Amino acid sequence: MTDTASPTAQTPAGRGEVLVSVKGMKKHFPIMKGVFRRQVGAVRAVDGVTFDIYRGETLGLVGESGSGKSTTGRVLLQLEKATDGTMSINGEELTTVSNTRLRELRKQMQMIFQDPHASLNPRMTVATIIGEPLVENSSMTKKERRDRIDELLMKVGLDPTHANRYPHEFSGGQRQRIGIARAIALHPEFIVCDEPIAALDVSIQAQVVNLLKQLQEELHLTYLFISHDLSMVRHIADRVAVMYLGNIVELAHVDDLYDNPKHPYTQALNSAVPLPDPVAEASRVRTILEGDIPSPANPPPGCVFNTRCPIATEKCSRDVPEWRETGNGHWVACHYA
Amino acid sequence: MGGADVVLDVKDLTTQFRTQDGVVHAVNGVGFELGQGEFLGVVGESGSGKSVSMMSLLKLIPMPPGEVVAGEVIFGDRDLLQIDLEELREVRGGQIGFIFQDPMTSLNPVIRIGKQLTESLHLHTDMSKKEAENRALELLNLVGIPDASQRLKAYPHELSGGMRQRVMIAMALACSPKVIIADEPTTALDVTIQAQIIEIVRDLREKLGTALIWITHDLGVVAGLADRVLVMYGGQIVEEAPVRELYKTPRHPYTEGLLESVPRLDQKGHDLYSIEGQPPSMYQKPSSCSFAPRCRYAFDRCSAELPKLRIVSPGHKTACFYNMEAGEPFND
Repeated sequence: MTDTASPTAQTPAGRGEVLVSVKGMKKHFPIMKGVFRRQVGAVRAVDGVTFDIYRGETLGLVGESGSGKSTTGRVLLQLEKATDGTMSINGEELTTVSNTRLRELRKQMQMIFQDPHASLNPRMTVATIIGEPLVENSSMTKKERRDRIDELLMKVGLDPTHANRYPHEFSGGQRQRIGIARAIALHPEFIVCDEPIAALDVSIQAQVVNLLKQLQEELHLTYLFISHDLSMVRHIADRVAVMYLGNIVELAHVDDLYDNPKHPYTQALNSAVPLPDPVAEASRVRTILEGDIPSPANPPPGCVFNTRCPIATEKCSRDVPEWRETGNGHWVACHYA
Repeated sequence: MGGADVVLDVKDLTTQFRTQDGVVHAVNGVGFELGQGEFLGVVGESGSGKSVSMMSLLKLIPMPPGEVVAGEVIFGDRDLLQIDLEELREVRGGQIGFIFQDPMTSLNPVIRIGKQLTESLHLHTDMSKKEAENRALELLNLVGIPDASQRLKAYPHELSGGMRQRVMIAMALACSPKVIIADEPTTALDVTIQAQIIEIVRDLREKLGTALIWITHDLGVVAGLADRVLVMYGGQIVEEAPVRELYKTPRHPYTEGLLESVPRLDQKGHDLYSIEGQPPSMYQKPSSCSFAPRCRYAFDRCSAELPKLRIVSPGHKTACFYNMEAGEPFND
């Protein structure tokens, strides 16, 4: 694997082996107009992001709506075709691989979706939903498959006697467990969790997150955990990348990112998250950002954050800041960090 | 809170929905007081009855299938559940304002912002057209909308989510209400936009002295905003306390579990406590503690009897048979 030696790998010594590597990923959605559907522009959902994910770690990907974090996950799993860039798993390039090989590789990389209502077929029983990948991708007998389904259900904390029920008979938290069981059915190495707890109640969120952590240890999984919930990401991630308007603006070890954020956007995000502590809230100094996120169809020149940045100068609206390491695996894209 | 300062006094509020599958017992005997200028947080998960109970105060629930079957809502010298619809309409949007989660569903998409603002002023006050227009401009400035005079001519879809929510706040404030009820007003917004809205609300509090009921599932938002908090579960208030006391010494096992199950941005990952099990079915009127099946302190009395709110310290009430401070059941 030559990827680990690349200048972009965020490799403090002894970090371990790179499992997933993304370089310069771009995803532009064309904007069509007029009778002839001519392309008049593009929504730059992801505009050149670069990161590695180490085997066994959880990389948190945080950002607000429209930042491109979900698209990044979907493009990485080849659910959408990248406009530009390269991405690999175990050193094997995904964008140029043959369809047959991609089907093989898909077993290694799975996805858990936000909305367990929308991602589970309402007309299939739980056994069919979880068994489907087994039918497609393995030569199990009916009995073996049945045993494997029972085993998977127990692994995610569901009762195997409920295997013949339909998704609507389960609560939101239980449905998310079904989605997790399906995702781990084929022994994947890497799972993209796309806002897996955003649709769940507070008391149920902890159940699902604890389950994900436990499965990670048991099955040696690697996660890309996409979320807008910064507090939960601090809890689950080893390293965190912050996205804004299609770009990663900062990437660091979790404690570094939260205790010593270098990018003004990360700082503002941190200070905007309310703490469940009235005493701490009363004495908090807040950075309130002005305005809204610009449209990704028309991102500002220079630094993407310059229109809302409290410390922006003329340079920021002119020059794109370099993506550089400030030491110890802490990466940031800001002229003044 | 002395009796004279109470703007809203709610007693034994009970709301049900008749559905094909049976009666949903959404709100089961909710009672609380709201002080003048007080910020009251109402916390609960989906289905806890937090929204339905607050909407029931002004019968703002679909009726049928919903019905407020019992209770009193004393506002001034009237019981809002007894007055006729015309009188109730005066109160709604007049002396009691509303802010909803999704401004797009409460703003009319084909009417300009300015017109929607002045409309409610015409309805509830005897302002002239010019006065109403000036007031609308003043309101937009108050909630920090830049270029306010231009924005009066805008349609709702031309504004961002955060700006629309500001317009909603301006509309709620239009007739200088005594009380504003805000139902998850920042849940649909991004965190940096939520911070803007909360800042505006804090600021308005100093300027206006309106009482506010803020309904949310987010314990963080309430911590920084409320004076006092009601915690709801299974259609009932299970705990009520001044905000600092609630977070420091919760006296209901559900509140305690909820606080332990949320991660904190300013703390390193410790294990999250997870409240096992599922929220209760609302098809049965509770005859015992709804939380007992998920409670780590539950004992035989909890599944036999319905706990009532008891006072554990001044202003602090819990609906629980277990004395968490003493580490043993209450002996009464």
